[in-house]
Amino acid sequence: MSGYSVTEPSRGQKWIAGILVAGYALITILPLVWIIATGFKSSADSIAYPPKLLFQPTLEGYVNLFTTQTRQTTEYLNANPPQTWYERIVHDRGLVIAGPSRFGERFMNSVIIGFGSTFLSVFLGTLAAYAFSRFKVPLKDDLLFFVLSTRMMPPIAVAIPIFLMFRSLGLSDTHAGMILLYTAVNLSLAVWLLKGFIDEIPVEYEEAALIDGYTRFQAFYKVVLPQAATGIASTAIFCLIFAWNEYAFAVLLTSGTAQTAPPFIPTIIGVGGQDWPAVAAGATIFLLPVMVFTILLRKHLLRGITFGAVRK
Amino acid sequence: MADSMIERAAMSTPPGTARRIRGLSDRTIAWIFVSPTIFLLLAVNIFPLIWTIRLSFTNFRANRPNAEVAWVGLRNYERILTDSDIWQTMQATAHFLFWTLFFQVLIGFTLAWLINRKFKGNDLWTTIIVLPMMLSPAVVGNFWTFLYQPQIGLFNYGIAFLTGADPTSFSMIGDVALAPWAIIIVDTWMWTPFVTLICLAGLRSIPDSIYEAAECDRASNWRQFWTITIPMTLPFLMLAVLFRGIENFKMFDLVVQLTGGGPGNTTTLTSIDLKREAFEKWRTGYSSAYAIILFVTVFGLASIYVKALNKVKER
Repeated sequence: MSGYSVTEPSRGQKWIAGILVAGYALITILPLVWIIATGFKSSADSIAYPPKLLFQPTLEGYVNLFTTQTRQTTEYLNANPPQTWYERIVHDRGLVIAGPSRFGERFMNSVIIGFGSTFLSVFLGTLAAYAFSRFKVPLKDDLLFFVLSTRMMPPIAVAIPIFLMFRSLGLSDTHAGMILLYTAVNLSLAVWLLKGFIDEIPVEYEEAALIDGYTRFQAFYKVVLPQAATGIASTAIFCLIFAWNEYAFAVLLTSGTAQTAPPFIPTIIGVGGQDWPAVAAGATIFLLPVMVFTILLRKHLLRGITFGAVRK
Repeated sequence: MADSMIERAAMSTPPGTARRIRGLSDRTIAWIFVSPTIFLLLAVNIFPLIWTIRLSFTNFRANRPNAEVAWVGLRNYERILTDSDIWQTMQATAHFLFWTLFFQVLIGFTLAWLINRKFKGNDLWTTIIVLPMMLSPAVVGNFWTFLYQPQIGLFNYGIAFLTGADPTSFSMIGDVALAPWAIIIVDTWMWTPFVTLICLAGLRSIPDSIYEAAECDRASNWRQFWTITIPMTLPFLMLAVLFRGIENFKMFDLVVQLTGGGPGNTTTLTSIDLKREAFEKWRTGYSSAYAIILFVTVFGLASIYVKALNKVKER
């Protein structure tokens, strides 16, 4: 009976569990696979019945996503043969490219606001988390709870006064306004997560550094920061994902210059109704980075989504 | 003069302490580090909250900033609490909350229990399962309207394939009876992995020795499950319910993209209703009172729940 353990599931059990979990996983990623696949379908294939599993892939959806088009007469089309591959795709349907669409701009807004607010919230969050972790801050528990409680407000409820505040400060529909807002929303997550990570670094390292003649500040950035690097990186990714996905504030407080991609993608319409391949193409470009980050983050995922309450 | 005294004091003390005297004191550093965060949170959270409370006693309308604002006392609160439409949205929210929590706990725990059978490749499958919850609810919700199309949607096709029904005979987001379930299905699809991950952490925290002891006492598997597995994962499960409960009470983006609150008012959750009052009808004072009522509800329910959670943890 060597090596027998009562807590180790039997082989049969493992097989059944494995098959059930794999089955669930396959069903659950089907909608995501469908988004990616639809992006490479022609409009006709995307709305075919029964739904097409095998199809001739085309970049039509991506071309529609990045350009605006106008219909032209046959004479005009014949007189102006397409120069590039993307012009040819549009040309085949009796259209010519009129110019770039707004998608690129909106995507860049998402990048600017996402990275801007992530940098700020991680910067401020690291400082606050270090202080909460190492010093006697008066009313520490109350302040920490206050930081967390700011997440309980429904965004729409906060949006009313913020809308008024932004209007009177001239921050409506600006990058600065959105960066500030997302920083404030993300700060609670950043402080709580980073405090957990910094708590895990032994105080002895800093004490040794202080005895060696470092100032408190030097000890902070030469000893603590390098130790907390992984924690800071994963906190940053969580903040980035939140800002990237945020919709409620974006749809209420931005309309043009600072509008991010989530409120924009659902409004993509082609000639005659919603252009699903273009929507799917936009969704693919927008969702893929997050999927990659999720896979990179999988070890710290649990910690991030529970504000550090559960650590593996 | 004062500087030189500090220098002299520093020179006569051991070097470590000397540097500390020259550098900023810990207390000063603590304040420098904490105050920007507190200031920003005050400016973007607490100040607006106080402003909302003030507005909630007025008839202010944000689309008419120059109109005269009258103080109306508690009338906004009175009107909200006696409005039957608002009770209907509360019911829709309660229905959504109850069933999403029910399915997510049931499926989420089952999945975690299965993954904890430690079969080969469980890490890979877990990573795949987790993907939906990290994605933008608005973008994904919008795409689900495509999957729910009666004629061409993949969801209707799948259901028709399994049950033999005509895929055009039902519309998940157009039918009054089905729409509340349409949003529950998508939310469950998205957030079940959240519960799974937390439960998995709970299951993995149970030491093997407890099961070994139970085995020595000849406790059946069934009995072990109910007397060891469930009680020991309960605090984790309750934590997952707390997070999901708060998030789904605030639910806006996913449902607004999926159904827009329709058909009729069947999927008008409180956040969607609030958005209409505040940003479409522009009844700012009224909707401020509405927002305060929602906040007090969430905060109250969460505090009671956290007390219960702490009791379970202490056991």
